[in-house]
Amino acid sequence: MYNETVMDHFSNPRNVGVIEDADAVGEVGSPSCGDTTKVFLKVKDGKIVDIKFQTLGCAAAIASSSMLTEMAKGKTLEEAMKITRDEVAESLGGLPEKKLHCSNLAADALRKAIENYYNKHKIDWV
Amino acid sequence: MKEIYFDHAATTPMDKEVAELVFKYTTEYFGNPSSMHNFGQRMRSAVENARKQVAYAIGAKSVGEIAFCSGGTEANNMAILGAARANKQKGNHIITTAVEHHSVLTTCKRLANEGFELTILPVDKYGTVSVQDVVNAVTDKTILVSIMHANNEIGSIMPIAEIGKALKKLSNKIIFHTDAVQSIGKLPVNVDDLNVDILTISAHKIYGPMGVGAMYLRQGTWWQPIMYGGGQERRRRPGTENAPGIIGFGKAIELAMERQKEYVERLTKLRDKLVKMVFDRIPDVILNGHPTNRLSGHVSLCIKYIESEALMLYLNMQGIALSSGSACTSVSPEPSHVLAAIGVSREDANSAIRITLGKDNTDEEVERFVEALADIVSKLRAMSPVAKGDCSSCACEKCV
Repeated sequence: MYNETVMDHFSNPRNVGVIEDADAVGEVGSPSCGDTTKVFLKVKDGKIVDIKFQTLGCAAAIASSSMLTEMAKGKTLEEAMKITRDEVAESLGGLPEKKLHCSNLAADALRKAIENYYNKHKIDWV
Repeated sequence: MKEIYFDHAATTPMDKEVAELVFKYTTEYFGNPSSMHNFGQRMRSAVENARKQVAYAIGAKSVGEIAFCSGGTEANNMAILGAARANKQKGNHIITTAVEHHSVLTTCKRLANEGFELTILPVDKYGTVSVQDVVNAVTDKTILVSIMHANNEIGSIMPIAEIGKALKKLSNKIIFHTDAVQSIGKLPVNVDDLNVDILTISAHKIYGPMGVGAMYLRQGTWWQPIMYGGGQERRRRPGTENAPGIIGFGKAIELAMERQKEYVERLTKLRDKLVKMVFDRIPDVILNGHPTNRLSGHVSLCIKYIESEALMLYLNMQGIALSSGSACTSVSPEPSHVLAAIGVSREDANSAIRITLGKDNTDEEVERFVEALADIVSKLRAMSPVAKGDCSSCACEKCV
C-alpha cells in the first residue's frame, strides 16, 4: 500500500520527540480522523536550527511528519512557511489518495508553530 | 523469523486434508456436476456428499435445505433479499441490529430504499442485543428478523436461540435469519436449537476453501431467488457450482465438528492468557466485547493514545499479522460501526486491534506477540502527543 520512502520514514521516523525549551510549538488535529501532530521549533537568527515532532496517527501521518522535519530543518522561517501539504506528500514519492488527508497535518502543524513564533515575537507576517 | 498469523476471523489456512480433496477434485476428477456423463456424475455425487456433511453439521432435516453459493456475503444477500421480497404481501418490516456484518446491514438498507421499513436495534456495551428489544420491535408487519450469531469484530455472542423462541411465540409469519459465519466451528450451531429459518455460513473461516458458502433454508419457508439462470441448487442459486470448493467445504465442516470441542477448549485458554498478559504489561487498554461470553480465540482491544494502522504495520514488520479494527473497515476511513454501537469513542476506536487465534497458534506465539506489542506500544506512545506521561511529578497538561 505504501511506497519504500514512506515505509522508511514510518519505520525509522526522523526527529521524533519533544524540545523542552522550544522557541515555538504548533499542534493540529484532524477533524476527519482524530490524528494529531505537534511540532517543536528551535529558532536562531530566523533559521530553524532544530525541529522535533510527535504524532498520533497512521503510517502516512508519521512518515509525513518525519519528512516535514527533514524538509524544514535549516530553512529560514520564511522559507519553511512556504512548505505546502502537497510538497510533503510529493517528497515521500506520493501517498494513497485516501491517506492524503493524513499527510496534511505535518505542514499545518509547522505553519502553526511558525505563527506561534511570530506571535510571540510580535513579528508581522503574511 | 517465523511469521505469526493472528487473523483467523479474516480467513483461515486451508486444512491439508481439505486441500488434498480440493486438489483431487480439480485434477484427478473434474466435470460439470450437471453433466450426465461419468465425469459430471462423479462430481455430482461428491457435491451431494458435501451437502450431506453440511446438513448434518448444522442439524438440517433434509439435504434439500442447503444451497451452496460463493460465500458469506452472497449467502446473506440471498437470505435477506430472498426472504423479504418473497413475503412482501405479508408485510414490509425488517428488524436487524447495529453491529451486523456489512453484507447484512447494507443489504437491509438497500431494502429500505425499495420501500421496506427497517428497524436497526441498538446493542449493549458488550455488543449484545436484548431479547426484549427484539420482541418490542416486532409489529404486525414484521416479516424478517436478521441477527448475527457472533460478531466478527468484537466476538460477542447473541442470544439467538432465545430470540428465535420468542419470535415463534409472537407470530408465524416472521422469518428468522442468523449469520453464523463467525460462530460455525466455534459454537454449537444447530438450526433447531437456534430456532432459525435461515442460517448462513462460509467455508474459509473453518479451514475450508475461499469462495464457497451455504444458505440453510428451512423447508416451508417462503423465499425467492435473487439470481436467475439454470436450475442448479434447486433454482436457489443458479450457475455452475464451485464443485471443488463445495467438496472441500463438506470436508472442512466435518473436521470442524469433530475438532470443535478440542479447539474451543484450547483457544479459550490461549485467548485468556493473551488478554491477561496484555493487561499485565500494557496500561490503558480496553477489551471490547464481553470478557467471557465471547468467541474462543477472539480478542478485540483498544490501545489508547495510538493509531491502530501504525501498530498493525509495525507488528507486520516483525512478522505478526492481525487486523486493525475490522478488516472491512480498514479500506475506509470511517470508524467501525460496531465499536461506535457499543459506545467506544472515536479516538479509542482508531486504536482498535483484533487478534483472532486459530488451531495452529501456540503459547510461544502468544508470548512473542505480547513482547512485541508492549515494545511497539511504548514506542508509539512516546511518539504520541496525546499519550499520558508516566512522570509522577510533572504537572503538564498531558499528565494531570
